[in-house]
Amino acid sequence: MERIPTFRKGGVHPNDKKVLSNGQAIEQLPMPSELLVPLSQHLGAPASPLKQKGDVVAAGEKIGEASSFISADIHSPVNGTIADIKKVTLANSVVTDAFVITVDPEHQVGTWKEQPYDDLSPKQLLDIVKDMGVVGTGGATFPTHVKLSVPKGKHVNALVVNGVECEPYLTADHRLMLEQADLVLRGVMIAAKITSPEKIIIGVENNKKDAIRKLREVIAANGYPIVVTPLKVKYPQGDEKQLLKATIKREIPSGKLPLDVGAVVVNVGTSFAIYEAVALRKPLIDRVVTISGEAMATKRNLRVPIGAKVADLIAFAGGLDHEPDKFISGGPMMGFSFFDDQIPVIKGTSGILALDKEPTAKAPQTPCISCGRCVAACPMGLQPTKLYRLIDNRMYAEAMAMNLMDCKECGCCSYSCPAHLPLVHGMKLGKRLGRK
Amino acid sequence: MDSPKTIVSSSPHLHARSSTASIMWDVSIALTPATLWGVYVFGFRALAIVLVSIATAVLVEFLLQRLSKESTLADGSAFLTGLLVGMNMPADAAFMVPILASAFAIFVVKWTFGGLGSNWINPALAGRVFVFFSFTSLMNTYRMPRTLSSVDAVGSATMLTELKLATGDALVPGLSSTGMLAELGYPFTQFAGSVSSWFQQVLGIGLSPYTVDAFFGNMAGCIGEVSAFLLLLGAVYLFIKKIITWHTPISFIVTFSLLSWAFGGLRNGLGVFQGDFVLQVFSGGMMLGAFFMATDMVTSPTTGKGMVLFGAGIGFFTFLFRFFGSLPESVSLAIILMNIFVPTIERYILPKRFGEVVKTSKTKKEANA
Repeated sequence: MERIPTFRKGGVHPNDKKVLSNGQAIEQLPMPSELLVPLSQHLGAPASPLKQKGDVVAAGEKIGEASSFISADIHSPVNGTIADIKKVTLANSVVTDAFVITVDPEHQVGTWKEQPYDDLSPKQLLDIVKDMGVVGTGGATFPTHVKLSVPKGKHVNALVVNGVECEPYLTADHRLMLEQADLVLRGVMIAAKITSPEKIIIGVENNKKDAIRKLREVIAANGYPIVVTPLKVKYPQGDEKQLLKATIKREIPSGKLPLDVGAVVVNVGTSFAIYEAVALRKPLIDRVVTISGEAMATKRNLRVPIGAKVADLIAFAGGLDHEPDKFISGGPMMGFSFFDDQIPVIKGTSGILALDKEPTAKAPQTPCISCGRCVAACPMGLQPTKLYRLIDNRMYAEAMAMNLMDCKECGCCSYSCPAHLPLVHGMKLGKRLGRK
Repeated sequence: MDSPKTIVSSSPHLHARSSTASIMWDVSIALTPATLWGVYVFGFRALAIVLVSIATAVLVEFLLQRLSKESTLADGSAFLTGLLVGMNMPADAAFMVPILASAFAIFVVKWTFGGLGSNWINPALAGRVFVFFSFTSLMNTYRMPRTLSSVDAVGSATMLTELKLATGDALVPGLSSTGMLAELGYPFTQFAGSVSSWFQQVLGIGLSPYTVDAFFGNMAGCIGEVSAFLLLLGAVYLFIKKIITWHTPISFIVTFSLLSWAFGGLRNGLGVFQGDFVLQVFSGGMMLGAFFMATDMVTSPTTGKGMVLFGAGIGFFTFLFRFFGSLPESVSLAIILMNIFVPTIERYILPKRFGEVVKTSKTKKEANA
């Protein structure tokens, strides 16, 4: 029997609820009449606007330009007119300028034809990835061209593709692997050409057996040098630190990057975007979003233009079945709750969830009873209860000394805390105030 | 927006759906079979003692929460403390004993140190120890369980007391615990006798009938501590519910067993590695202490490594007190003693961090070079 690896330390097992939407094929969302395209959809500096109010834009045209190395270009998803530039607050509380684009009702979208790319050099491929505004679609939205730029002297042992999708409810990557395995793998091979790794591994959690089978079929048919590694289901395996521990048994040292252990990690959604960028010269202007949660009338996986408003997605999915307790952008463990359905889908939006009171219910908060569950659950080996106490007492420097910055806010501590302390909230606050 | 009532809060938006209250009630549920057994073998008075303990604990908590304007009754911790105090009482204690013990536990040990989560020793145990030293004779008067004696034999000694006294008199040197108890004419049930001889004849293993009785709860002792079997059943429930982990109880019992096996015989004039640890493990408050008292979350370490050290410390002190101390019973003292070490353990035993850069001699050399 095949031994199924996972990461060792910590982690939790929430009910994955993937069955709600993992049988739904990806559907195209009809083009809304208006899009709201923010200039800051990625980690790093916001893009600077290239267009003004009243300008006519074409689908795929660059409308925002990367303003520093860690930044990304923004493109228009449609043919249309810039009606306005206004401030919006995104689900993750980022306040940014956004283009309001009125869609040309007759010629909405562009056409993209496959072009040969076999002869392009790694440098040329990397430039295309950058020009097409590709960022990580898993949620952290780190600019992909930065990730794939291997500094001179560094050597890539392994390119690890993240097909874990460990957040409950989300099935966008799952459907993509199942329906577009061929194109995802082509994207992986392009990333491999850029980074020239010794080996290529795709890590997929074992609750997506059909996707694992499909990927293996396509790999065998094309003779790709890629290994698909099934992983035991455990949250937060989709984090690159846990993923590398599970797949290549390496621990990224505290404060370092995957490259420091000779690895590059890209998401399957990002691989698909890399394929489209390089082969079709199509920028990252749409993505797959899971519509799920008990309060949603239907559960879907939608291909959505960047900038479509959440209200459009919910309306297409048949609206709400009943009033939800919370709206979440992303997954329920690390996603952001929001109240305004006029916010847009951005490059990092993996899901829009309407959750019932039952899964989000909060019992009354009690004092910490030092049960140690947060310590056992923390995948980073931190002591959330001690950190929380320090932060609560405004001892930020002491919390920093206890490696608060290693915390990645995965939510395992709060998830398992019987006293219902807002531990992750405390960590976020402590980091922000501790940096000062 | 059509749903103005939606909540905006920090992630994560899911929860394992346990709560402080659910933990407290689950522990209380796990203790119920052993308590009921105590009530069965020691009679109605045992039930009265348990109820008085619980009522006092809850009442004191209620009065204190009125004073401090907090609402803490619903978390179930006062009920659990009261139940544990009651289980740690002999059935014939005067009612003022459990009343004082519960009140001391809740008021002095828990409330004055800041309430739930802030106490540094286990309240129920502190309450027990408080009355144990205040009313030594009342707390050392036990009755035989009804399974061992048809008459209400108030004033019996526990096996451990008998053993301790016998050792002090140096009755017959070279006798095992079983031999000593037999010499003293300590009773055992017919059932235990037949189990013991079955083990001897069929399996060829010498199993003392006293051990069998101690395991199933046919011995003199506190109300809730006598049935090791039902306490283990409760412990299994807590394991399944993932409320306790193996670290503390197993480390406690293993350390104690090894030490008693190795050195426990010395006291009886036997050589090393001849101690009867099986009888020791199942008698007295060992099971109740290991699975329900030492595992108290507030007063035990949070890391696995820390719990193992903590359990080993309790095992060591229990061994020391039981075999070489002047008191027959010592689990509660050993746990309290180790409770005091918990902050120190927590300070120095840290979990290994992910991606921790370990300073080996090699990296140090590199740093120096």
